[in-house]
Amino acid sequence: MIDVRNLSKTYRVHKRAPGLGAALRSVLRRKYEVVKAVEALSFQIAEGERVGFLGPNGAGKTTTLKVLAGLLHPTSGSVRVGSYVPHERDPRFLQLITLVMGQKQQLLWDLPPSETYAMNRAIYDIPRAQADETVRTLVELLEIGDLVDKPTRQLSLGERMKCELVAALLHRPRVLFLDEPTIGLDVSMQAKMRDFIRDYNERFGAAVLLTSHYMDDVVALCPRVVVIDHGRLIYDGDLRELARRVRPDKRMTLRLSRPVDRAELEKLGTVVSADAAQAVLSVPHARLSTVVQGALAALPIVDLTIEEAPLEEVMRELFGAREKEAREVSRAHG
Amino acid sequence: MSLEAVPARPGFTSDLGRVVKAFPTLLRVGVSEVVAYRAEFLVWILTTNMPLVMLAIWHAVAADGPVGHFDQRAFTTYYLGVLAVRLLTSNWVVWQLSMEIRDGTLSAKLLRPIHPIYALAADHLSAVPMRALVISPAVAILAYVGWDRLLRHDGVLVLVFVASLVGAWLLIFFTMILMGALAFFVESALGIFELWLGVHAILSGYLVPIEALPHWARTAANVLPFRFMLGFPVEALVGLLSRHDALWALAAQWGYVAIFGAAAVGVWRVGVRHFSAYGG
Repeated sequence: MIDVRNLSKTYRVHKRAPGLGAALRSVLRRKYEVVKAVEALSFQIAEGERVGFLGPNGAGKTTTLKVLAGLLHPTSGSVRVGSYVPHERDPRFLQLITLVMGQKQQLLWDLPPSETYAMNRAIYDIPRAQADETVRTLVELLEIGDLVDKPTRQLSLGERMKCELVAALLHRPRVLFLDEPTIGLDVSMQAKMRDFIRDYNERFGAAVLLTSHYMDDVVALCPRVVVIDHGRLIYDGDLRELARRVRPDKRMTLRLSRPVDRAELEKLGTVVSADAAQAVLSVPHARLSTVVQGALAALPIVDLTIEEAPLEEVMRELFGAREKEAREVSRAHG
Repeated sequence: MSLEAVPARPGFTSDLGRVVKAFPTLLRVGVSEVVAYRAEFLVWILTTNMPLVMLAIWHAVAADGPVGHFDQRAFTTYYLGVLAVRLLTSNWVVWQLSMEIRDGTLSAKLLRPIHPIYALAADHLSAVPMRALVISPAVAILAYVGWDRLLRHDGVLVLVFVASLVGAWLLIFFTMILMGALAFFVESALGIFELWLGVHAILSGYLVPIEALPHWARTAANVLPFRFMLGFPVEALVGLLSRHDALWALAAQWGYVAIFGAAAVGVWRVGVRHFSAYGG
């Protein structure tokens, strides 16, 4: 469904120092810098797949999404979505996709969302009965029945985001590019939004490529992740495998019936946190069964759970290690 | 729930077919926007008061005797005509487009399966009914004062005038698209447009009737596109043109429409390749 091969995208950016002198100098002589936003990126996504697209700020995620949506022309490499080359922006391609950007919106600011829906119905040439049914269904799923007739400017960020999603899905796209779709939403609304995206994906077999800084979104929605840093691919595969690879230790949470000495806990593994009622230990995967047996025998345990390390920690460690590596390389080169 | 997957539709209605089908809805939504912005809209319209200022000045000048063919009554009908034609044919595409290119909001329009130029046209055409309402008093006064000269009571000139209004709207629209699309390449697209606007004020008949310009400026005005954006429809309206001259001017105007339309689309096509709006 999505086929990206050796995609590179560079920008030419005007650069000048602050101050009046620099401003005047830039009138006569402009300095430009070439920024490599994406470099030799390749990945494929099948129909119906949900893929998380991760990376630190400025890694090139949004640039890649914009290339995939046809907004940007690649500098080199090839990109196909379905049978289309995105930047040619064939109307049939645009009918196939949607791009939801949490920080940008298509809703008409001073009119109710229902007017944007009417406009999109006309633009996408959707039969009225079908559009009405889609809106009714999506509005019901997102519980926004009383919002669609209020001017957009009077809606909260979360309400706008939900109305935005209806506008973006009205034409029932088969490929969803979602850039921070849950930004600004409260926890329960984030969960509803995730359920909604999963539901849409399962109903329509739509491919989903999602970027989010909320790792809960990624964990809940994406069995597979594509991770980029400085525009380059650093991982493409199973999310749990990434967690195992970066953080091989398991996270063991012990609920205790009475306080335990920290020294006792340290015999079992690295203590992440500990108080009178609960302790969290980090335990190497290979030692897990021994540690569990030891803990059950030696400690007053009420409950014991074992989990992977949180994805936030995994990503922090992954990008932290790469940053450190890059700093060392640059030091070594003087 | 009874939603079912809809396959992408090969052989989907052509872009123009889609535009024709979508246009009534786009216009209706556009009118709703104009109504929502009615206060700003009225203030913006009221800023187009220069023809009334010029009318006051030339009216005073003509009190001592006609200026060329223009007596006080001719100046009155001319500047009321300028006000009416200007308000019916002008738009703010260049400001909107350059801003949308610079802040990246153009992305939403580029993602829709209808060319953004069509969407912008619908957006701005939908303001015409409200503008027509606002200028109706000026048109009524114009008709009262200049009835005997109005379109020379000639059916052909009526048709020429209607065609010239459409032509002027298109010529201004394409010029604005062309200038606005320069924002794909340069940061100072609006500055370039301001320069254009300065020349337009003189050579379009906005400040001074073309006939009252010095010979060299009159020659330039008859060749350059500015007159066809404003002066020509006004001259046809207030009876300053013969049928023969009006038809020639109409042909020249539509020639310019074709040239500026092609240039606008061409610059747009190249510009979209430069569209970067990166980051969020």
